[in-house]
Amino acid sequence: MDLIAQQFFNLDIMRQAWPLILRGLGMTLMICAAVVPLGLAGGLLVGLASQSRSALLRRSVSAAITLFRALPPLVLLILIYAGLPFAGIRLNPFTAVCLAFFLNNASFYGEIFRAGIESVGRGQWEAARSTGLRGPQIMAHVILPQAVRNVLPDLVSNTVEVVKLTSLASVVALPELLYSAEMARSVTYNASPVVLAAGIYLLMLWPFVRLMSRLEHRVAQ
Amino acid sequence: MDPAHFLDTFFRPDLIASSLPLIGKGMLITIEIALAVIVTGFALGFALAILRARGIRPINALIIVFVDVLRALPPLVPVLLIYFGLPGIGINLPSFAVLWLVLSLVLAAFVEEIVWAGILSVRKGQWEAARSTGLSFLPTMTNVILPQAVRLTIPPLTNRTIAITKNTALGTVIGVGEILNQATTAVSFSGNATPLMVGAIAYLIIFIPVVIVGGWIERRFAWKRA
Repeated sequence: MDLIAQQFFNLDIMRQAWPLILRGLGMTLMICAAVVPLGLAGGLLVGLASQSRSALLRRSVSAAITLFRALPPLVLLILIYAGLPFAGIRLNPFTAVCLAFFLNNASFYGEIFRAGIESVGRGQWEAARSTGLRGPQIMAHVILPQAVRNVLPDLVSNTVEVVKLTSLASVVALPELLYSAEMARSVTYNASPVVLAAGIYLLMLWPFVRLMSRLEHRVAQ
Repeated sequence: MDPAHFLDTFFRPDLIASSLPLIGKGMLITIEIALAVIVTGFALGFALAILRARGIRPINALIIVFVDVLRALPPLVPVLLIYFGLPGIGINLPSFAVLWLVLSLVLAAFVEEIVWAGILSVRKGQWEAARSTGLSFLPTMTNVILPQAVRLTIPPLTNRTIAITKNTALGTVIGVGEILNQATTAVSFSGNATPLMVGAIAYLIIFIPVVIVGGWIERRFAWKRA
C-alpha cells in the first residue's frame, strides 16, 4: 500500500513536476484552440459539400471522409510527421499535429453536420423557399440552426474526443500535458506526474462527460 | 518532385516486398488485439449495465465513477500509466496485455453507458408486465428489456467499437508489434518511407470495410427523426 502511494501519489514529486506540467497544459490548450475551430470549420464545409448538387464533389468528399475515418489518428500523424520529410516537406510538430487532426476532425465533424442537415425535414426547405429566401440564406438561417440543435450531443461528444486526441501529440515530442508528465516520470522514475496529468485531464473533461450522459439519457427517454 | 523519385521514396518495389511479411504480422496482431478487446469490452460493458439496473446505490456510484473516468481520460494516459507505473510496484505486464486491458476497460465504459441509455429507453410498464408474469430479474432483462433496448444502441455501439479498435495503433508507443510499430521500425532500418505507406494501406484494408459496414449499420438502425 505504501509502495503504491510512493509510486503513484508522491506529493513531493508532483510538486516538483508542477511547473513543467503547467507549461504542458498551456500547450495542450493551445493545440485545442487551434484544432477545435479548424475541425468545426472544416466539418461544416464537408457537411455542406455532402449536400452539393455536383455528384463529383459529393463522391470525392465522401471518399475522403471514409479514408480519414479508416486511418487511426496516430497513423495519420506519423504519416505526416515522419513520412512527409521524405518528400522534402518538413513540418514542425505543432503544424504536423494541426494538419493531421484537421483531416481527422473535419471528417468526423463533417459526418455529424451531414446527419444534422439531413435530419431537418424537407418541408423546412419548401417553407423557407416559399417565403422568398435563397439557397444560402435558407441554409444559414433555417436549416443549420435546427441541424446544429439536433446533433448538439454528438458535437459535444466529438469535441471531448478531440481534446483527448491532443495527447497523441506527445508521440511526436510536442511538449503538451502528457509529454511533460512523461518527461517528469522518466527523470524521477516515478509515475506520480502522470497521475497528476490524468487528474488534470479529468478536471477538464469530466464536466463534459457528465453533460453528455445527461443529453444521451434525455434523448433516450 | 518527379514521379520516378516519388515512387522511389514512397513505393519502392523491393522495399514493398521486404516489408510485406512484417506488416502482415502486424496486421495479424492488430486484428487479434482488436477482437480480444471487443469480446472483453462488450462482456464487461453489458455486465455493468445489467448490474446497474439492479439499482444498488453504492455499486451504481462505483460504476458511474469507473465509466466517467475512462470516458474522460485519453486512452494513452492509462496505457503509459500502467505500462511504466506498475513495474515500480513489482508488477510487470507484457505490453500487449497492457494495451488489451486498457482498451477493454475503455470500451466497457462506453458500452455500459450506451446500453444503460438503451435500458432506460424501455418503458417501465415493460418491466412491470414481465415481472408480473413471474419472470425474475435476469430473464426479464435478457428476454424482454435488452431485445428492445439493443436496437437503439446499435449505431452508437458500432461507432465506438470502430473508434476504440483503431486505438490499437497506440500499442506502438509501448512496443506492441502491431502494424504501425512494424512500419516505423522498418522505416528506420531502410531510411525510406515505403514501409510506412504499406502500413497505412494495411490499416485502410482493415478499416475501410469496417467503416463502410459501420455506416450501413448506422443508417439501417438509425432512429429516424421527423
